[in-house]
Amino acid sequence: MREITYAEAVREAMSEEMRRDENVFFMGEDIGVYCGAFGVSKGMVQEFGEKRVIDTPISETAFVGAGIGAAVTGMRPIVELMFSDFMAVCYDQIINQAAKMHFMFAGKVKVPMVIRTAAGGGTGAAAQHSQSLEQMYTHVPGLKVVVPSTPYDAKGLLKSAIRDDNCVMFLEQKKLYRTKGEVPEEDYVIPLGKADIKREGKDVSVITYGRMVQMSLDVAEKLEKEGVSVEVLDLRTLSPLDTDAIIKTAKKTGKVVVVHESVKFAGFGGEVVSTIMESDAFFTLDAPVKRVGALYCPVPFNPTLEAAVFPSADRIETAIREVL
Amino acid sequence: MATKNKKYDRDFLLGLMEKLMLVRKFEEKIQWLFAQGFVYGTTHLGIGEEATGVGTTAALKKDDYMLATHRGHGQAIGKGVNINDMMAEMLAREPGVNRGKGGSMHIADIQNGILGANGILGANAPLACGAALTIKMKNIPDRVSVAFFGDGASNEGAVHEAMNLASVWNLPVLFVLTENKYGMSTPLDKVVKEKDFNKRAAAYGMKSLEVDGNDVLAVYEAVSKARKYAVEGNGPVLIIEHTYRTSGHSKSDGNLYRTKEEIAEWKEKNPTKRFGDYLLSNGIITEAELKEIDERVQKKIDDAVEYAKSCPQPSVDDLEKSVYAE
Repeated sequence: MREITYAEAVREAMSEEMRRDENVFFMGEDIGVYCGAFGVSKGMVQEFGEKRVIDTPISETAFVGAGIGAAVTGMRPIVELMFSDFMAVCYDQIINQAAKMHFMFAGKVKVPMVIRTAAGGGTGAAAQHSQSLEQMYTHVPGLKVVVPSTPYDAKGLLKSAIRDDNCVMFLEQKKLYRTKGEVPEEDYVIPLGKADIKREGKDVSVITYGRMVQMSLDVAEKLEKEGVSVEVLDLRTLSPLDTDAIIKTAKKTGKVVVVHESVKFAGFGGEVVSTIMESDAFFTLDAPVKRVGALYCPVPFNPTLEAAVFPSADRIETAIREVL
Repeated sequence: MATKNKKYDRDFLLGLMEKLMLVRKFEEKIQWLFAQGFVYGTTHLGIGEEATGVGTTAALKKDDYMLATHRGHGQAIGKGVNINDMMAEMLAREPGVNRGKGGSMHIADIQNGILGANGILGANAPLACGAALTIKMKNIPDRVSVAFFGDGASNEGAVHEAMNLASVWNLPVLFVLTENKYGMSTPLDKVVKEKDFNKRAAAYGMKSLEVDGNDVLAVYEAVSKARKYAVEGNGPVLIIEHTYRTSGHSKSDGNLYRTKEEIAEWKEKNPTKRFGDYLLSNGIITEAELKEIDERVQKKIDDAVEYAKSCPQPSVDDLEKSVYAE
């Protein structure tokens, strides 16, 4: 199968959906001739024109709000926030408007909209351009939250997100944009709310998502040589959450490490661990569940400091050895 | 009044009178029900401002989109929401327009173009831009999108961003600024240096109109003019409607920020009484006819309360199932 990058997979999903459905359109800052800060929308304005690939003013509240207003009146907008940190600028529109309208208006409206954004760190972008804020959205009923880890997943999940009738926060991993992987040229979708076992194993489970998936797979590869069999479960969608898959892998290995790039304290990992503890998988555990996440500090600029903040292969390996 | 009655059909004028009374009596009834403990939570009344909601919506079509405010009873009733369904929502009952999940601050009635009232000040302005974007992208003829907001909310960044966006994208949005002198308790003097809101529109390259918001015909005429301008593809319009809220901000209001004399003065200038006097003095309606409308509206409100009280409470069973659209 052909290989394309994560960024190309995102673009292909958007373009295919825009060809399929004329109500799908795309707006955001500098997504037209500039192609977006990460080159994701290369060639799109040329294909679809400025009426469907719309450069916006630097007004996140206005254009996210406009996306919601368009969605409730029959369009299916894809809105790009250049960096996921910018969500804080338009928090009201996401939290108080998009997430609540369907429920608060008794099901009379739906908000079929995707907010795509570049999340995560490791690029030297410092404290205001490197955050992983997914747990701020999983906590709000009404939003769906997706974090793809591979080009294949990015395309299939984004197509599902665009076809979904709810507001989906689609958190692309900026560090993965240039990574390559096999992606079918034809149309396919990956349902939201389904985790994926990226590697089968029997001794220990690593439950993770996003940029940490590949790092965990690399550690699993290394430990395989020592005869340790690591299962890697990629959650893919955080809300709705595939709790069955979490419980199943926990029961299978009896040893669990939860890994995410976002701050460990009050991070999404707490929800994953609680899912295990509240289920009968609790009785099959052979060791306390471990979490690996970022240190409790803003992301620093200096590369050595930055690397120290985020989970590393070494820290994941150490955690695995602790539960074995 | 703005215009000699000659150009208006008598039924239209009587219809406006009835709507004004309906809004006024609805709010007075809510005030009473609240005091009696029948209304849960809070409610924001706009007694004294009814010409803004009624006059503005009289100039709109049923399918025009409208994003209302937390003080939006008059806006919703003007746009055509069913009074029984709205009263049922005020009493948090299952057949309420929002099935008891929204309440006074979130009245939504999609069939009548009401895309919801908003509890976050100014947040409806960007949403209105989006609805207007749909109109533009789908080439829907003869339709506008309307966002109401107050002088208080006019200082929200969302409003400024939305005005700029609507203007630069030439969207058919009517920004309706109901200037009622206070943001909750804080007078306009304390929060804006430049009180001429026309200058804000000018700053965004947008047309603006200013009108006596207690003159229902003047409001109707201004909004009609603005609507025509917007549907003809000329872009958004800011309509500034000057009015006054004689009721308190909400149940917590002790009226500590204004004098009894000021309130009394504005009660005299209230738009419902004013329009009634206008119709009488111009021989458009008789005292008896006015009384007849009054009684008919009162019965409608009383019937709505009886209906709402008879309605069941919503079921708790479907709460978590109602979060997402299937």
